[in-house]
Amino acid sequence: MSQAELTRPASVLWTFGLLRNELRTTLRRWRTLALLGVLAAVPVLVGVAVKIETGDGGSVGGGGGEGPAFISQITNNGLFLVFTALAATLPFFLPMAIGVVAGDAIAGEANAGTLRYLLVAPAGRTRLLLTKYATTMAFCLLATLVVAVSALTVGALLFPLGDLTTISGTQISFTEGLGRALLIALIVAASLTGVAALGLFVSTLTNSGIAAMATTVGLLITIQILDQIPQLDALQPYFFSHYWLSFADLMRDPIYWDDLVKNLGLQALYAGVFGSAAWARFTAKDITA
Amino acid sequence: MTDMSAAEPGPEQPDAGDSVIVTRALTKRYRGGQLAVDGLDLTVPAGSVFGFLGPNGSGKTTTIRMLMGLIEPTSGTARVLGRPMPRATRTVLPQVGALIEGPALYGFLSGRDNLLRYDAGDPTADPRTRRQRIAAALDRVGLTAAAGKKARAYSLGMKQRLGLAAALLQPRRLLVLDEPTNGLDPQGMREIRSLIRELASDGTTVFLSSHLLDEIEQVCTHAAVMAQGRLITQGAVGDLAAGMRGRLVVTTPDTADAARVLKEQGAGDVVVTEDQVTAEPPDRDLADLNAALVTAGVRVRGFGVERPSLEDAFVALTGEGFDVAG
Ligand SMILES: Nc1ncnc2c1ncn2[C@@H]1O[C@H](COP(=O)(O)OP(=O)(O)OP(=O)(O)O)[C@@H](O)[C@H]1O
Ligand SMILES: [Mg+2]
Repeated sequence: MSQAELTRPASVLWTFGLLRNELRTTLRRWRTLALLGVLAAVPVLVGVAVKIETGDGGSVGGGGGEGPAFISQITNNGLFLVFTALAATLPFFLPMAIGVVAGDAIAGEANAGTLRYLLVAPAGRTRLLLTKYATTMAFCLLATLVVAVSALTVGALLFPLGDLTTISGTQISFTEGLGRALLIALIVAASLTGVAALGLFVSTLTNSGIAAMATTVGLLITIQILDQIPQLDALQPYFFSHYWLSFADLMRDPIYWDDLVKNLGLQALYAGVFGSAAWARFTAKDITA
Repeated sequence: MTDMSAAEPGPEQPDAGDSVIVTRALTKRYRGGQLAVDGLDLTVPAGSVFGFLGPNGSGKTTTIRMLMGLIEPTSGTARVLGRPMPRATRTVLPQVGALIEGPALYGFLSGRDNLLRYDAGDPTADPRTRRQRIAAALDRVGLTAAAGKKARAYSLGMKQRLGLAAALLQPRRLLVLDEPTNGLDPQGMREIRSLIRELASDGTTVFLSSHLLDEIEQVCTHAAVMAQGRLITQGAVGDLAAGMRGRLVVTTPDTADAARVLKEQGAGDVVVTEDQVTAEPPDRDLADLNAALVTAGVRVRGFGVERPSLEDAFVALTGEGFDVAG
């Protein structure tokens, strides 16, 4: 065997083989499927609860201030279950699922010892990290879509569908409503990129997948609590979860962009800061596990 | 084409010309302060089967981790296939197959899917030939029948074989095997040894760490001996053992007479056991020695020089047993 034969140039496309494999491998972990299952169950529970509570013709959350956003509208239009379900899962269930997947990304491989074999393959540290981040983002999108699709299905089965009224009181067609629902799902998925980067960074700090997952979810809960403490209002605009619920502004007519843009900017900041930190850490790390 | 020389490493050291692995003063101190490898100067000639020998904790795996770019040396340099590590991992490692500290697998994937994943990790691996190369690697380690089974249901020896298969996914110029026969049954050990010989005859350099001396003796052309992070010696296996003189062994029922004659003939360190007398052979023709024994009426049933084993060599070199240092 000649040396020339062994140092053949790689096709640029071959480099994405790892990403394809990573996506498939992630979806084949029972843990991923369990997380998606929990996420799919939330809209079912909300939908059934609303149906039972309003079975006598009354309405939920009559005051409008109770329960997740949009819940009072579900009985009129099943499409609102999508918004309610996303509002209900965004504070905790969705980011927890992301935290588990991101926290496990590097630490889990280190824990199993498979990291050293990926690195001598050689997957390349930067390439592996990018692959892991891309996969985590894909999971953000998938998780959000699972919630949305499950909610849309349950909403269509249990409640009437039709034109809807925006928060501003104007009417939009059902098709436009569907479009807004999709846009909201994309914004919700994008809202999770900050947690994903944070989780990935934590994942490069330890060789224990469980520790990384627990730390990420712990940070998430801490931030959510701190975000409720009025004395910290100077800091709160920098918490990654601070503008999460701004996605409701997409249901205004016209759309109110201020907080949406702040949210996306904040997510980009987190992705930049913690992504760089993860890269700096991972590319310099001794892999002894 | 622009000038390529800027991207190429500088001219190689003269003694490193034909060497696959060259380390100079390679040192690793772990963060805990443990000095695991201390000033290692290792030279692995191309085409050799190189045994890397040492007791537990002597720094074999640490050296291999540095050679594979997994950890950064504290000081010193390591070149693999003529290029500096860990800087050149991207160009060097596709040509290197490695088994480091035992196999590591995804338990929820089948054996075949584990190999698919590791092969996808290599950006120079052609996806069009992937299935076929994986089938060949599985066949080579005798795992074809169990390839569809989940890796978590593999026995230790099967995992070890799958790890070897991962190292054989592509034609390699260098194989680095850290205790490859760990967990294998005797039949498996024989198979691995013949696999190593086969690969070596194809021109692959094999770097093999072990604490099993006879394993090294059986397959290796060269060896290095480590103790407590330092290199004790390295060279051709024959030379290592030849540096030590073998012991003269006389098998006889007349041990007392034999011992007396041997001493008279100038043999040193005479030791009498049940039906054998062993001694340091004197510097003279052993045939004369044998004749003297027979003339003195000693009934000689066996006479010869026992080749020193690597274990003897090791004990002689380190002045201590093959034990783990504290
Ligand atoms: N990650 C680590 N952190 C700190 N010290 C370590 C680490 N890994 C190994 N060591 C220490 O470095 C020394 C060399 O260990 P190494 O694993 O290289 O030995 P080895 O020759 O491979 O042993 P064995 O035959 O048992 O595999 C030992 O004293 C060990 O305790
Ligand atoms: Mg070891």
